[in-house]
Parts: sequence; structure tokens; C-alpha cells
Amino acid sequence: MFCEKAVELIRELHRISDGQLPAFNEDGLRQVLQEMEALYDQNQADVNEAKSEGRAELIPSIKVRHCCLLRDQRCVTAYLYDRLLRIRALRWEYGSVLPANVRFHMCAEELQWFSQYKKSLASFMRSLGGGEGLDITQDMKPPKSLYIEVRCLKDHGEFEIDDGTVILLKKNSQVVLGVAWDILSCVCVMSVSLCPQHFLPRWKCEQLIRQGVLEHVVS
Amino acid sequence: MNTQAYLPVQPGVGMEENFFSLDDILLSQERLPVRTECAFPRLGFLEKSSDSQDIAEGTKMELPLWLSKGLYERKRRILSVELPKVYREGWRTVFNADPRVVDLHKMGPYYYGLGSQMLHFDSPENPDIAQTLLQTFIGRFRRTMDSSQNAYNEDTSAVVERLDCLEKVLFRSGQTGLHGFQSWEKGQASQLTASSLVLNYRKRKITDVQP
Repeated sequence: MFCEKAVELIRELHRISDGQLPAFNEDGLRQVLQEMEALYDQNQADVNEAKSEGRAELIPSIKVRHCCLLRDQRCVTAYLYDRLLRIRALRWEYGSVLPANVRFHMCAEELQWFSQYKKSLASFMRSLGGGEGLDITQDMKPPKSLYIEVRCLKDHGEFEIDDGTVILLKKNSQVVLGVAWDILSCVCVMSVSLCPQHFLPRWKCEQLIRQGVLEHVVS
Repeated sequence: MNTQAYLPVQPGVGMEENFFSLDDILLSQERLPVRTECAFPRLGFLEKSSDSQDIAEGTKMELPLWLSKGLYERKRRILSVELPKVYREGWRTVFNADPRVVDLHKMGPYYYGLGSQMLHFDSPENPDIAQTLLQTFIGRFRRTMDSSQNAYNEDTSAVVERLDCLEKVLFRSGQTGLHGFQSWEKGQASQLTASSLVLNYRKRKITDVQP
């Protein structure tokens, strides 16, 4: 039966229901397009024969191939569209910089789409709040406080807060950065080995939490 | 509750299909018993049982739903479609008697979906089929809803494996709601969490690296 490869593409995506992006199946896509070309050519030939020799009995077969062409087209467009939906989700869940192993799964056109989507989203966000801008990818859960406690899960290197202070995020560091910044500079040196959590401004670390670098500590 | 950023195209409702829905594409892949009402020259390779170059008129074969829908005409000049067993009188009586005991996953994972699509083929039994589909759903819904709202941190596979795809979706959304409510009760609703997408990517990266 025709269109088996096309449906295989769909099954590939349907299997991964959590929204992850599998590798771009360039081979599969090419095979489907080749099948479409072959069907189209056969139909062209049959149509010409039906017209010139009055062979109307060829028409049902022409209809069958036409249905197969439509089916292939549906599967290909649904495949590409569902991948775009997954790529769009990446911007919201991962942020604007994608890790290399994810980018590797995208074809050139999809990368281009992603960067244009980023730009559209950014210019939209800039236009909010009377021209001041508002990051709508933050605060997905209603915030309860300005500052939150976080624990560092992976080594992330240095992290700069607004007043220029740089914090070193090391795995399992539970560092007290006091809310009072003048204490901060003294504590910083002792920080890594010493005591409990970082207290950081919520909006600064939301993205790091979403990426799994920090862990929100709720006491 | 993790807000879902990936929003796939949902399947169509009733007799409609959604063009981009992955579920609808897989649903329309299901095979139906058909009878050809005319010959199909040069397509003999589609029919495994005979070696001829053409498909003869009056051949009984199985075609996928998408092709049957595409070729079907009211006047039945090209194709006539038979009802699959599950939608015929015999099984309909069983469903009408007690819909809750049936393993709908075995009866074709897309019982409701395929049944709704069968209505496109102008069978004289259409009103009965439609009625049975509706009554079956109504009969089973209560139990599905109950179990999805009360099974917290349990192994639900025994319940889920007897559900049709539509019911599975309902069950899952019931479970999502339940977990969301429970985490809110525990005060975890305000806790920022790593995105599940990110965690899954990381898990996959580790398994990719391991030989």
C-alpha cells in the first residue's frame, strides 16, 4: 500500500508524546517526496492516455493515486507542523539559547524559524508595559515573594546580580548570600563551604531553575 | 503543575477530522473491509491474493480508511464499504447490554473515532451505530472519570489498558488535574520546578552516551 513511509514519520512523532524533538528524518521525508513524484508521473501518463484514447476505465486508478498524493501531502505537512509546535515549546521551556544536542536535531529551516520566532516574541515583549517591556516567559507560577532560596545542582560558574556582585554557583553549594549586600562581600569568600542557601532575586533565577541548574528550596 | 508548552493539534470531534492532528492521521490508517464496484487497472500489486495486473470488479479486500473515504461516492460506483465486526448488530447488542465490561482497546484502539468515521459511508444502520457509540460512551464515562479522580500514586495500568484512545486522553487529563490539586494542597504549587522537557532531554542525553 502506498504512503506507508509517510505514516511512519507520523508514528515517529506520535511515540514521543511529551513534546521532545526527535532528529529530523531527512531520509524519510525524501522517500515520501519521491513516492509523490512517482505517483504524479504515473497519473500524468494515465490521464493523457485516458484523454487521447478515451480509456475512461483508467479513471478509478487515477483517483486512487490522487488520494495517495493527498495522503502523503497531509502526512508531510502534519509532520513539519508538529515539529514546529515542539520547537516553539523549546523557546518557552528552555529559553532563547538551545543546547547543542537539541539544535542538532533541527534542520536548517527549523533553526531559521526558531530564530525568527525568538525575534517576534522579543519584539512583542518589548512592546508591553507602555514601551518598557515585560518578560512574559517569567513568573509562570504566581510569585509569593521577591527573594527565593535556591540550592545549586550543577556547576554553573559565575553568576552576576544586578549590583555587580558575582556569585559562584558550584554544585551543592548552599551559600548564604545575605539580603544585606554589605555583609555579602565578606560572606562570599567563606560561602562555598559554609552554610545554607543562596537568597537570590526570584526573577534572576527563574530561568536557571527551569533549566535544572538551581533548585527552589521551599522551607 | 507543570504548564504544558507543547500543544499538539487535537483530534477532530465526531465525524470531522483535523487535518494536522497526528491522532486523526493514525486513526484514518485503520483498515476496513471493502468491495470494489469497478475495476482498477494497473493497481493489481495492491491486492496480495491475486497476481493480476489489475484489481477486478467485485474484489473483496481491505483498504485503509483514508483511501476508502477518498474513493467513496454515494452512488457506490467505485467502492462499497462494509461495517467492521465491532459496529455490526451482534456486537452492538453486547455494547447496549453492558458497555462497562468490554475491553475497548482490543476492539480496535480507536473505537469511537473509527465508529464516527464509519457514518460517512451511508449505511442503513447509521442511526443505530451512532446511538450505540453514544450510549457506550455514556455508560463508561462515569467509571473512567471516577478512577482517574481517585487513583493517586497507584498503578493504573489495569484500568487504562481496557480504555479506547479517547477515554485514555480523558483519563490522563483527570490524573493531571488530580496531581495538580494534590500538589497545591501540599503547598508545592508555588515551588518553581525544572521544566520536565529539560529533564527528559537530559535523561536522554545520558542514555545516548552510555554504550
